[in-house]
Amino acid sequence: MSTQGAAVLAEAELAPRPEKRARSGRGGAGNWVVGIYSVIALLIMLVPIGYTIVFSFNDSRRSNIVWRGFTLDNWLNVCDDPRVCESFSNSILVGVSATLVATVLGTMIAIAIVRYTFRLRTLVTVLLFLPMATPEVVLGSGLGSQFVNMGVERGLWSIIVAHIMFCISFVVVTVRARVASLDPSLEEAGRDLYASPAQVFWRVTLPLLMPGIAAAALLCFALSFDDFIITNFVSGNAETFPKFVYVAAARGIPAQANVIASAVFILAIVIVVVAQLSAGARRRRLAKSS
Amino acid sequence: MAFGAFANTGPDLSAAAPRRRSYIALILLLPGVVYLLATFVAPLISLVLTSFKEPGGDFEVGEYVYAFRWENYAEAIGRFGEIFLRTFGYSALATIFALLISYPLAYFIGVTLRRFPLWQSLTLILVIAPFFISFLLRTLALKAIFADEGAVVGALQAVGILGPDEYLNGTAFTVIFGLTYNYIPFMTLPIYASLERLDLRFVEAGGDLYAGPAQRFWRIILPLSLPGVVSGMLLTFIPASGDYVNASKEFLGSTSTVMAGNVINELFFQSFYPLSAAVSILLMVAILIPVVAYVAKSGSEDLL
Repeated sequence: MSTQGAAVLAEAELAPRPEKRARSGRGGAGNWVVGIYSVIALLIMLVPIGYTIVFSFNDSRRSNIVWRGFTLDNWLNVCDDPRVCESFSNSILVGVSATLVATVLGTMIAIAIVRYTFRLRTLVTVLLFLPMATPEVVLGSGLGSQFVNMGVERGLWSIIVAHIMFCISFVVVTVRARVASLDPSLEEAGRDLYASPAQVFWRVTLPLLMPGIAAAALLCFALSFDDFIITNFVSGNAETFPKFVYVAAARGIPAQANVIASAVFILAIVIVVVAQLSAGARRRRLAKSS
Repeated sequence: MAFGAFANTGPDLSAAAPRRRSYIALILLLPGVVYLLATFVAPLISLVLTSFKEPGGDFEVGEYVYAFRWENYAEAIGRFGEIFLRTFGYSALATIFALLISYPLAYFIGVTLRRFPLWQSLTLILVIAPFFISFLLRTLALKAIFADEGAVVGALQAVGILGPDEYLNGTAFTVIFGLTYNYIPFMTLPIYASLERLDLRFVEAGGDLYAGPAQRFWRIILPLSLPGVVSGMLLTFIPASGDYVNASKEFLGSTSTVMAGNVINELFFQSFYPLSAAVSILLMVAILIPVVAYVAKSGSEDLL
C-alpha cells in the first residue's frame, strides 16, 4: 500500500450510516448493469490474491511458477528458507518499533491541533500534509541521499527512522477525527469530581481516544510492513520481507513467501470482518435501545 | 480531512471544546515537528543540495562535492525527457482506467447497496482486500497470470488479438494494468465516501422535474461526487507516477517501459547521486503543481 492511499484509509469511514435511507434510485435496469459490472470488477481484483494464496500450497521445490500439486509442506516448514523467516521477523521488529514511536508522536500532535491555538498553525498543517503528497520514491531517495551525505551505515535502524517519518501524518489524521468528536463534558465531569489534570488525561481522555489510536497503530503497522519503495533506499544490507521478495524476484520466489503473505492476509481480513460485524451489532443494539 | 477533503466530511467540530492557547501545545507539537523537520524537510534540502553536486577531484565512483552544477538538471531533462513523458502518460492512463472502473463500483457500494449495510461493509472490505496482501507478491501474481505460456496470452493469441509471437509481459499494457490494479482502491474509497453521503432526494427532485437518467447523472450525481473524484485522481496519480515496481523488468515491465522511479532507483544504486537527486526533484516539482492547485482551492485547514 502506498502512503497516499493510506490517507483515504485513515479517513474513510468504512461503517455506513444507515439513517439517511432515501428511496434508492428508480433506474432498476441501470442498477443491475452497475451491479454486474461491479461484481465482475471485484472478482478480477481478487484473482491475484487467490493466485498468491493457491501457490502457497504448491509443491514447488525450486521455482514457484508452475503448479506441481497440492502440499501443506510450505505451511508446515515456513522457515525452510531461513531468509523468509529472518526478513519476516525484521519486518515485525521494524513495524512494531515504528508504530510505537509514530503513534505517540502523532497522537500528541493530533491533540495539539484540535485543542489548542498556536502560531505557525498553517505551516505545521502543511508540514504534516506534504509527506502524504510526495511520491514515495522521492521520500526514499531524499532520506537515502541524506544518509549517504552523512556517511552513516544504513540498517534496520534507518528503516525504522524512515517508517516513523511517513507514519506520523497518518496517525495525526486518524486520531484527530477522534479527538474532534470527543465530548468535552466528559472531561469536565472528571474535573468536577476533583480529578487532577493528569488523572483526567489518563483516566478519561486517553481511554476515550483509544479506538482512534488503535486504528492509527494498525494502519501504521500495515504501511510499514508492506513498504518497499522507501525501505529500498534506506536499508543498506538489512532485509525486510518486501525487500526479500524484491531481491528474490529475479531468481524465483520460494513458496514460503506466499505462505507468509497469505497468513498475514487471512489474519488481516479476519480482524477487519470481526471489527465490522461487531460494530454492526453494536449499531443495531443502540438503534433498538434509543 | 485526509488529503481527500471530500466535501462536508470533516469531523464535526461543534462538540469539541473551544481551542485554547497554552504552553502545553508546544510540548505536544515539538517532538513530532522536530522529527519531521529532521527526517522529511532536511532530506529534501539535502536532495536539492545533492542535485547540484559535481564529481570530486579524484573522480572516484560515488564521490561528489557540493557545487552549483546546473548541468545536472540539463542532463536529467536531456537524457530522461522521454521517460518523464512516459511516466506521466502511463500514470494518466492508469488514473483514467481506475476512474472508469471505480466510479460504477463506488456507486454500487455507496448508493445501490445502501439498504443493506452488512453487504455494503463486506464489499468495501473486498475493495481494500488487495492492501492486505504483499504489494510485490500480488504484482508478481499478475506477471504469472500474463505469462507468455499462460492462459490469458494463449486465449488472446487464439482469438487473434495477439499475434503468435506477441506477448503481454514487459509491454506498456501490463505496466498500465499493474498500476491501475495496484492503485484502484485509492480511487474507489474517496469516490465511495462522496457517493455514500449523496442525498438521493436531489436525484428524485431531478426526476420529478423530468430529467432523464443521463441528465440526472451528469447534472446532479457527478457534480455532487466531484470532490471524491478529484481526490481519488490525485491519490492514484501521485503514487503511480513515483512507482518503480510495476515498470521494473523483474515485475511487469522491460527496458522499453522505464519510468522516472526506475531511473531514480537505478542511478541511486549505481552511486550517481546528483543525477538521481535531480530526477527526484523534477518529479516532485511536477507532482506538486496539481497538488498546490488542489490545496489553493480547498484551503489549508482542510488538508488533514
